[in-house]
Amino acid sequence: MTLTPASLPWLAAHEFRLAWRDTVAMMTGGRRMRLFGWIAGGGTVFGIMLLIAWFAVRPWVEAGIVIDKQALVMISGMGLLFWTVTLSQALEAVTRVYYGRSDLDLILSSPASSARLFAVRAGAVFVSTTALGLLLVSPLVIALVLQDGPRWFSAFLVIIALAAFSVAIAMAVTRLLFRLTGPRRTRLIAQIVAGIVGAGFVIGIQAAAILSHEGFSRLAFFQSDAIIAAAPASDSLLWLPARAALGEPMPALLLIALSLVALVATAALIAPSYGRLANAAAGLNHVRGQRRPHKRAFRPASQRQALRRKEFLLLQRDPWLLSQTLMQLLYLVPPALLLWINYGASSGDGTFIVIVPVLVMACGQLAGGLAWLAISGEDAHDLVATAPLSPATILRAKIEAVLAIITLVMAPLLLMIGLAAWPMALVTAACAAAAAAASTTIQLWFRVTAKRSMFRRRQVASRAATLCEAFSSILWAGTGALWAAGLSLAIGPAVLALLVLGIARLLAPRPG
Amino acid sequence: MPAALSISGLTKAFERPVVKGVDLMIGAGEFYALLGPNGAGKTTILRMVAGLLKPDAGSISILGIDALADPVSAKRRMAWVSDEPMVYDRLTPLEYLDFVAGLWQVDPTRARQSAHELIDWLGLSPHANELCGGFSKGMLQKVALAGALVHDPDLIILDEPLTGLDAGSARQVKDVLRTKTSAGVTVIMTTHILEVAERMAERIGVIAEGRLIAEGTLEELRTRIGRETTLEEIFLDLVAQGAAEDSLSKQDAA
Repeated sequence: MTLTPASLPWLAAHEFRLAWRDTVAMMTGGRRMRLFGWIAGGGTVFGIMLLIAWFAVRPWVEAGIVIDKQALVMISGMGLLFWTVTLSQALEAVTRVYYGRSDLDLILSSPASSARLFAVRAGAVFVSTTALGLLLVSPLVIALVLQDGPRWFSAFLVIIALAAFSVAIAMAVTRLLFRLTGPRRTRLIAQIVAGIVGAGFVIGIQAAAILSHEGFSRLAFFQSDAIIAAAPASDSLLWLPARAALGEPMPALLLIALSLVALVATAALIAPSYGRLANAAAGLNHVRGQRRPHKRAFRPASQRQALRRKEFLLLQRDPWLLSQTLMQLLYLVPPALLLWINYGASSGDGTFIVIVPVLVMACGQLAGGLAWLAISGEDAHDLVATAPLSPATILRAKIEAVLAIITLVMAPLLLMIGLAAWPMALVTAACAAAAAAASTTIQLWFRVTAKRSMFRRRQVASRAATLCEAFSSILWAGTGALWAAGLSLAIGPAVLALLVLGIARLLAPRPG
Repeated sequence: MPAALSISGLTKAFERPVVKGVDLMIGAGEFYALLGPNGAGKTTILRMVAGLLKPDAGSISILGIDALADPVSAKRRMAWVSDEPMVYDRLTPLEYLDFVAGLWQVDPTRARQSAHELIDWLGLSPHANELCGGFSKGMLQKVALAGALVHDPDLIILDEPLTGLDAGSARQVKDVLRTKTSAGVTVIMTTHILEVAERMAERIGVIAEGRLIAEGTLEELRTRIGRETTLEEIFLDLVAQGAAEDSLSKQDAA
């Protein structure tokens, strides 16, 4: 079948071909055998998720699922948590539709309709957002279908509807930002909003749970009497998504119809301005920012100081990168809150044990991100590599820059814990240092030459590094929690963390 | 006085051999142009000289320093400018030069003076405190060149420095390089703009299929092909000869 050039299906076919080739290249890296690895690995992970979901929903199914206010609050709360993830993803993706430059200049300079291109790319964002949603939720839904019946299949319709609403909202927000802040700030603000939406709701619920129950559990928060009492009556329209997910056909049909209308209408409204705004975003490449001369320029400094100063300056001047890196610090808000409300009252009773793993985990993840920026994300790699200093000195300076930032972030929290329960602070500091060192070492072993702008894609570039970094941080967090509780079992996760580090060494590419 | 650059038996293979036993000797204060078709191995040779790639075999000596045994001392004496300007988007030209001066440990007072002079010389003064992120390719290349000069190197290696530059910017870069060679600095440059090599280089080396197939002054190269002609004709003849010889030697080996 021949498609009319520049028509909607033709552009869609072009996008699909590129996306397909990108996905295959990413999964196989040019080696077909890797695809089998992906299928086997992905299948195993999915199987494990299914197993966990199976046992998680079993008591609920055995007790007999009753559609009462409590069930509706619970399902809606979890749906809202999930929806924030898809909304965050959609905001990121829609921003890329305007600012991604790969073939945009080519297409926008052609006679093809920019509105059609927008429609196709908005459709692609909707498909990818839906796919992410289905992937995340399908173990739970399949477990419910197998144990409680096929009515739960309608939960998939809810996922599609939530994805459609997410993309529609993301398009509207991006368009509004273009109007309010202009093309220069839209990307940054949209990405910060995406980060805050993605993490903020989870953290907000956690913070609310801490304030009301002095515990971390989000699920307990949704089941609390106060929340259930304050929620609207069972026949409220607010429960439409929950009822749709529970298999009621009318709410499901209504929800999917409403969401698709919202998606199509928003795309149709915004599409005509796409070409103009995308071109305005492209014009930013030629905008020059004026800076006041640096007071400390041309002062005596060692080579390591020069490198560190450059790292700090670049990080400080890149608010998007800064926001992406420091977004992980948002996760420190709940433990800090817990620390604050318990401060002085329960310093010795082990309350702080909850905080230890959170801080250790955050420290490991923050170190991983910063280490990638400093070690791999070097825009002038050749310049630094041809400078008269040994590779070891370069690495040392960059690692010092990473550790200095982490120390700056962690010190106040450690100090607070230290004043209340100093042994706990020591445990936290030791495990956080271990997690940071491990993440930095992994980034060192897996270092590649990349532009800083590739930061967002670093996790795609090496999944082995990402997984090793995540497992290492989790295991050091576990070590911290057990050690803080005074259990000698702490040695277990510590040994496993070292094992993960060993595996990372084996998996890391050898320098050529 | 030692040669500015002395290369012997330089060899490098990636998935296939890219540089095949190249020998090269360039005197101090010389302007040397390295020519060759795309993929001939020019950039690989220069990247090995600059310490960015490790050779599989061979030796590199820079101003008498064994660059493989003591890379730091060798790097102290040279500068590398690639076709993709090595500049940070979020630093201004002055901040960039401050950073480079820090890496090469240039005395701060001298570095400040030198940075301002270079910025003036290259016509970047109005943009000295603007972030490089919005600069054109030509401006970025000039910032990179200023970075290469701020530490007063004795050997400057440039890989396609004039690609994408407008006539004015190209003229400025060429003037800077001429001034430097007349002050005794050695310049090695790859270029596809043969007119530049013809006008500026004292000696020209032609690389094809990873081998140095011809070398000498323009007159020597003309003599070699036996015709009074342009460098373009000479270059195309030499490359064709080189390809024919390579093909013959492959047949012999088979």
